[in-house]
Amino acid sequence: MHRRTLLASAALALTLGQAAAAQDVTAGFIYVGPVGDGGWTYEHDQGRLAVEEHFGDQVKTIYQESVPEGADAERAITQMALSGADIIFTTSFGYMDPTIAVAEKFPDVKFEHATGYKRADNVSIYSARFYEGRAIQGHIAGSMTETNKIGYIASFPIPEVIRGINSAYLHAKKVNPDVEFSIVWAYTWFDPSKEADAARALIENGADVILQHTDSTAPQAAAQEAGDVITFGQASDMYDYAPLPRVSSIIDDWAPYYIERVQAVIDGTWESTDTWDGIGPGMVGIGEITDAVPEDVKAEALAMKEAIASGEYHPFTGPINKADGSVWLEEGEVADDGTLLGMDFYVEGIDAEIPN
Amino acid sequence: MDLSSINPVLLVASIMVSATPILLAAIGEMVVEKSGVLNLGVEGMMITGAVVGFAIAVNTGAPGWGFLAAACASAALSLSFGVLTQFLLSNQVATGLGLTLVGLGLSSLIGKPYEGMKSPTLPKLDLGPLSDIPVLGRMLFSHDIMVYFALALVAGVWAFLKFTRAGLILRATGESHDSAHALGYKVVRIRLAAIAFGGACAGLGGAYLSLVRVPQWTEGMTAGAGWIALAIVVFASWRPWRVAVGAYLFGGVTVLQLNLQAAGANVPVALLSASPYIITILVLVVISARGHHGAPASLGRPFHATT
Repeated sequence: MHRRTLLASAALALTLGQAAAAQDVTAGFIYVGPVGDGGWTYEHDQGRLAVEEHFGDQVKTIYQESVPEGADAERAITQMALSGADIIFTTSFGYMDPTIAVAEKFPDVKFEHATGYKRADNVSIYSARFYEGRAIQGHIAGSMTETNKIGYIASFPIPEVIRGINSAYLHAKKVNPDVEFSIVWAYTWFDPSKEADAARALIENGADVILQHTDSTAPQAAAQEAGDVITFGQASDMYDYAPLPRVSSIIDDWAPYYIERVQAVIDGTWESTDTWDGIGPGMVGIGEITDAVPEDVKAEALAMKEAIASGEYHPFTGPINKADGSVWLEEGEVADDGTLLGMDFYVEGIDAEIPN
Repeated sequence: MDLSSINPVLLVASIMVSATPILLAAIGEMVVEKSGVLNLGVEGMMITGAVVGFAIAVNTGAPGWGFLAAACASAALSLSFGVLTQFLLSNQVATGLGLTLVGLGLSSLIGKPYEGMKSPTLPKLDLGPLSDIPVLGRMLFSHDIMVYFALALVAGVWAFLKFTRAGLILRATGESHDSAHALGYKVVRIRLAAIAFGGACAGLGGAYLSLVRVPQWTEGMTAGAGWIALAIVVFASWRPWRVAVGAYLFGGVTVLQLNLQAAGANVPVALLSASPYIITILVLVVISARGHHGAPASLGRPFHATT
């Protein structure tokens, strides 16, 4: 009996020792949708896989998918912190308050919240300047629409989404003064049937371009079925739907950031930071513009991409008025990050109200 | 507010499509509950149907086979619930929730290779002169066969429960399994049949999502449709026609609010989205105030033959 206990504990000690030596750091990820959504969560999971690949046995990654935003998220994040994660990436806007709440209880665990604005000593925030990609989409959309009606499937009325709408609208308007935006709030990040229904409703109401700020590829499928409608990949390339309806895309590339932050935890140099990168540093990519786009429009779009990447052009450059007619940016003035981060107004010309 | 861009004909047509998956799942679950079994695994069975239907349709090129395979797969999955709850007498609520989790996991495993693929979709049925009727033709008579199948199924279930002896026995089992047993009816066997039927219906509903309504396979694509189906059964107070009304109401409100928004109407979106649930709660209040809630008396209770 003694011998058996001894053997068992020896075996246990051995495995534990190995585990400790092999895996210095555990990185956890909380996802809002399933990893196979083909969009937002898929790209975050690609980032996680890149971390595994980069560090090999040194880093263990864990994740939980389809975690609802709100109170339940707090339970999931706590669970992950308790299970020994050293750094936790919470990858949706609605995890902001839960992340801050859990971070208070676990001062030794590092937290990274995507797309939010609340920080703490152990909470960093990071996001990508998706609006830079939206400007290019708006340009292509405005140039290509024939009905002059552009449908926009929005998720929740938060600054990030409103920024995208404004950026796309400004650049569509610039090339096509008659353009109109129909905005549908789906109040979900991921619900393929609702997203498909929303796309169909927009198409039936005359839109021939569909922009989406939800995570699944369902609107692409609905547009393909309808025919004569163009779409853009959101968060991920969604290249399965190219060359039509998907004519281009915004791709999020989180891998370099995740690798850098996990490395900082390993080195013990992790600090609370605020990262907001765009096309220039490569956090936002523009997916291949297909041949369905006229040659000159494609060239203009690529030129705009270059100008944004080099910092020469800012998508929010005045003169721009707010929807209520008041002046937001004077001629040549460029929007500051603070206003952009808290954006809660439409720009002039969008005939709709933001739900509250 | 300019609503002229909403075409009522297209609106009704989309409502019919969007209500069909939840209608199929709900009518199946109603039969299960009528037999006295509470199967909370509708979501899991639906998504299994969605992925199996999609996979088979892609491989055979025939959506019909997809629907058939989806019904069989979900019925098989539901029978695992049946065996656990009817023979091993496990707790129905816990087992049903477990079934949902199994279905979600299993479906993402099966579905991995099918992400981003396109499937053959069901052709619209050609109803000849009926489809040519102005307005009504486009509204009601230009859908795929599953839309009509779902409605026919409601009629069939209604007639079965109301007019046939087998339907009476099924209801008796749900109201008092001990009495049914004393009369010599095979309670467990009847319930297993009901469970399999419910599974098959949920599978068809799931396949309708992945083959017609969306149409593609995406992990987790049912996104709560199974839970709505469960709510509709309660909303309908276990009556077939009310299940149909409930499904069209839920489907209708979703499509309507999206259309209102697309047309630029300034509507309180959150309120509209919540309205089917609010109505469900109101219906529950009303029926419980009347003292008769319509739930089968043996619903969710385990049955063990004593002799």
